[in-house]
Amino acid sequence: MHEILIISGKGGTGKTSVTAAFAHICEKAVICDLDVDAPDLHLILQPEPRQTTAFISGFEPRVAAEKCTSCGTCEQMCRFGAIKVGDEGAVVDPIRCEGCGVCVYFCPEKAIDFLPKHCGDWSISDTRFGTMAHAQLFPGEENSGKLVALLRTKARELAASEGASLILADGPPGIGCPVISALSGTNLAVMVTEPTPSGIHDLERVVELCDYFKIPTSVIINKCDLNKTIAGDIRTFCDKRGICLLGELPHDSDFVNAMVQARAITEFSQGPTSRKLREAWQKLLQQAAELKAA
Amino acid sequence: MKIAIASGKGGTGKTMVTASLSASWGRPVVAVDLDVEEPNLHLFLKPDITGSRDALMEVPQVDTSKCDYCRKCAEFCEYKAISVLGDVIMIFPEMCHGCGGCLALCPTGALTPAHRKLGEVSWGTSGENRFLMGRLRVGEAMSPPLIHQVMTELKRPEVSADLTDVLIDAPPGVSCPAISAVIDSDFVVLVTEPTPFGVFDLRLAHQAFTTLGKPMGVVVNRAGVGNDEVYRFCSQAGLSILAEIPYDRAIAEAYAAGNVIARTSASMTALFQRLAETIRQAAAPAKEARHA
Repeated sequence: MHEILIISGKGGTGKTSVTAAFAHICEKAVICDLDVDAPDLHLILQPEPRQTTAFISGFEPRVAAEKCTSCGTCEQMCRFGAIKVGDEGAVVDPIRCEGCGVCVYFCPEKAIDFLPKHCGDWSISDTRFGTMAHAQLFPGEENSGKLVALLRTKARELAASEGASLILADGPPGIGCPVISALSGTNLAVMVTEPTPSGIHDLERVVELCDYFKIPTSVIINKCDLNKTIAGDIRTFCDKRGICLLGELPHDSDFVNAMVQARAITEFSQGPTSRKLREAWQKLLQQAAELKAA
Repeated sequence: MKIAIASGKGGTGKTMVTASLSASWGRPVVAVDLDVEEPNLHLFLKPDITGSRDALMEVPQVDTSKCDYCRKCAEFCEYKAISVLGDVIMIFPEMCHGCGGCLALCPTGALTPAHRKLGEVSWGTSGENRFLMGRLRVGEAMSPPLIHQVMTELKRPEVSADLTDVLIDAPPGVSCPAISAVIDSDFVVLVTEPTPFGVFDLRLAHQAFTTLGKPMGVVVNRAGVGNDEVYRFCSQAGLSILAEIPYDRAIAEAYAAGNVIARTSASMTALFQRLAETIRQAAAPAKEARHA
């Protein structure tokens, strides 16, 4: 079984559009949107949920006002500035709170309860391209890394029960907690980049991250005609690092037009971008097979 | 006043707007890059970096000669950063959020503060403006504590000196890093694009930042592509459109060449000067209210 993750470092490079196209082209994959913070793949795949489950993670403190003596211990101990004590007692700022439990533990009056926190919802859904696991973290919530890990586990269970040989996942942007969680156990990370100063800068950082976790990588350059010099620099970078270049896509308004109609670009048009994505997919499968053989 | 430029979705043009606003503000500002996972603002403002420091976070270390393996620390830690198995204690510094609870509760004083490196904070100048950024160490998962440390450097005299205006390039998304970046601002500029992805993420950003009680306005980038849904949403949500940056291949190419868009044409210069003025007017009452 292969687990292929599409990432980008920088947002807006076309990661989700590429994932949607691959989901359309491939057969029998379990599809996964691991960008639980700002998921977009469902806008194209239009999933019909079979089941939706609450994501409960971590705890939030709640002060029992009648027990609080406004002694100030919690405020002094909290390193996140998340609890303030006034005449009315202690008040928790849920946005700053990290759920560490220091205030609960050290309250001399045992006036603070620690309650499980509902941070978002996750779903298993049917789509026209196959089964999909996806989630939505409530805005402002943390623990996206844990929700990503949960989705990955669910995707594996689904792949096993459905006899799918591939998990195809749209990853989160950046190089922090959610991406690290998404990379864990991935066989192959496909990086979608664009020839801009930000694009190549973020590509270098995300390649470094994949190297750190020893995950094989390959690259797709989107909007490759936007800056020929930087596109060349990306090619040289890939060459030097031995990274497989799966394809170069032109700056193509079909991407946006397909998105507006909730279609994958390969469903929407048979133009040059669609053709190049089909070629990229074949190359990717070949790379995955070689990795497995090795 | 502090203005955060945020977006929900990545790639909508946040950095481009921040760079252009700092070039058009009309008086010197501090430009701050809080997208510490993927900082890009320096690629456009090309600052002279004059100083930097490592950003560290306090994590526990154990003196096994004092530890009696009572397990209190491991039972307390919500992040599973400490594990005690029989008479072996293990600390996983990368899991630690630095709450300090274990240090405070250890009955034998076996746990003492040590540090892990989150990344680096650096500062400098870019023309008339000052510049401040954070860069997360590759492999480090937690960006919010680094974001907080970058913001504390605003107090450094060589960073803010006599300057009163701060423009913040926030990270994408609407979870902890983005919230940490906008929480102390007077006004939030939401950069979006008129596509289904753009609108969906704008909706999330609006929801997330509304709970912070921040006044907000929208900049529509790549106006002309996609559909009209973004305008319908803004009118329903009572979000004013502060500016529209037209979809133009020349702008995309100028950005791809590492240029600040506000400096590329007379019409763009005028657009960003108007935007700066609109934001100042919208943010001033909020700032007064916040400091009242």
